[in-house]
Amino acid sequence: MVTEALNDGDRRNFLIKLTSVVGGAGVAATCVPFVASMNPSSDVLAKAETEVDLTHITLGGMHTVAWQGKPVFILHRTPEQIKASAESNGGLQPEADSKRVQKPEWLVVIGVCTHMGCVPNKEGPGWECHCHGSQYDDSGRVIRGPAPKNLEVPPYHFVADNKIVIGKA
Amino acid sequence: MPHRIINWIDQRFPLTSFVKHELTGYPTPRNLSYWWNFGFLAGFVLMLQVATGIFLAMHYKADIAMSFDSIQHIMRDVNYGWLLRYLHSTGASAFFFVIFIHMARTLYYGSYRAPRELLWWTGQGLLLLLMGTAFMGYLLPWGQMSFWGATVITNLFRATPFIGDQVVIWLRGDYTVGDATLTRFFALHYLFPFLIIGAVIVHLVALHTVKSSNPSGINLQDKDNIPFHPYFTIKDLYGLGLFLMLYSVFVFFMPDSLIEPANNIPANPMVTPNHIVPEWYFLPFYAILRSVPNMVGGVVAMGVSVLIFAFMPYLDRSRIPGGAHYRPMFRGLFYFFAIDMGVLGYIGYIPPTEQSILIGQVATFIYFTLFLILPFLSKFEERWLMKRGLTPEIEALIASEAKEISEKSKKRSKR
Repeated sequence: MVTEALNDGDRRNFLIKLTSVVGGAGVAATCVPFVASMNPSSDVLAKAETEVDLTHITLGGMHTVAWQGKPVFILHRTPEQIKASAESNGGLQPEADSKRVQKPEWLVVIGVCTHMGCVPNKEGPGWECHCHGSQYDDSGRVIRGPAPKNLEVPPYHFVADNKIVIGKA
Repeated sequence: MPHRIINWIDQRFPLTSFVKHELTGYPTPRNLSYWWNFGFLAGFVLMLQVATGIFLAMHYKADIAMSFDSIQHIMRDVNYGWLLRYLHSTGASAFFFVIFIHMARTLYYGSYRAPRELLWWTGQGLLLLLMGTAFMGYLLPWGQMSFWGATVITNLFRATPFIGDQVVIWLRGDYTVGDATLTRFFALHYLFPFLIIGAVIVHLVALHTVKSSNPSGINLQDKDNIPFHPYFTIKDLYGLGLFLMLYSVFVFFMPDSLIEPANNIPANPMVTPNHIVPEWYFLPFYAILRSVPNMVGGVVAMGVSVLIFAFMPYLDRSRIPGGAHYRPMFRGLFYFFAIDMGVLGYIGYIPPTEQSILIGQVATFIYFTLFLILPFLSKFEERWLMKRGLTPEIEALIASEAKEISEKSKKRSKR
């Protein structure tokens, strides 16, 4: 009986394969906590919302606040800026200005260049990123590469006429 | 007594035979020029970086609230802290300096060709490890350049298909480069040198299997080579002396010339400096990244520009021995490539303007074109050289080598 089982090649091959698969699955499962430990920790996840008072931002002025450690640009747009933004449709990633703002006089965008993550500077109309030369208009839409996408609009909502909370739509 | 101790060890461990075969008596071509010093120099700089790094780590604090100040503490308060730090920061540049010359020598003399492909590839792996180590080390002082350099480079992984954004957050452990990033970079910056040491051992085992190449490209048998010691120990030490002079000039007289002034400002996630540049040794690759107008394309082009060296054993199809010295077309290509690297480096350094972007794009195009025409050019050159016959120079060399060998073997047979 025992020798018969030992000489059964198919049975042996099957057992080797099964053991390898189980062992491999065990190794893969063991990697999970190590890989997951490198993801943002709970305290990092907790800094999710930022409240901003808009009253002190003058017309045409820009204010930068930190949200999740990232800069968020809040631009108090003048009627001319609103008009210019509404007339164009952006450049590399066309998008209507009305879809990017909740109130046309307030533009809220994440101030992180969609190319390599630098913070663009407010220069002339729109922003210019000095790292690699990307340009954005006054709606935060990319008009010159290498950045592939428009400046991201974070989730936010108005809690009062002059107060917004960034982090929750 | 020492003899008895060595005997005792030799019965249990191949100490004497190892030293004899792999160190002192290791057969080495007698015509190696000073260009063959740079492997040893790279090993020396590696030891220097490990030694200074361990002692710096005793005083450094990997915490975004303290790291910038702990560098100031090292510079001002720690005994000889300034020296350790400047040795280490200059050492990083010195490491790339000797590695680039080491690679240029390999390219010029065709040392990557069969049977040395694995030697070349382990070297390529070492280059990647070195780049990773240098990049992570650069974040540790937590200055503006540290921060934005790490931000840009981790952002490169956004080019990963489908899960790019998650990969970047995973690498950083935060939405931006932050405390989690700094701490893990420090841990890995400490780990990687030991991976490099392991890879160097593999590199050396491969070297001792295929033996060193040499300027003439004619591989002699072991019995016709000369022992490593004392001939090349002394040659390496002389080269080390020259290297240390140049290195000391930078360490003692111009240590800040290799550190961007903006890195003396603590990291500020809200403001990017107007002109961010990587360290000089990354500039050509950075210029390639900037030259491609498409983001994913730029990242791919930069990755390929580093990895393409691995294909050299197959791109170069010529069997003419002796590298560029005896191959006029390949030599032209080599110098053209070196100039192109210089242009890319300069373009990577200056702020992007329309003109500089155009020059960068042309230089990037030339960079890849040179690799792509190599298979055709090398084959054409081989046919041309064979048709033309050997130059008097090579014939004289072969004759002198043959004479020397026959004289040697005559002496040997007399004995």
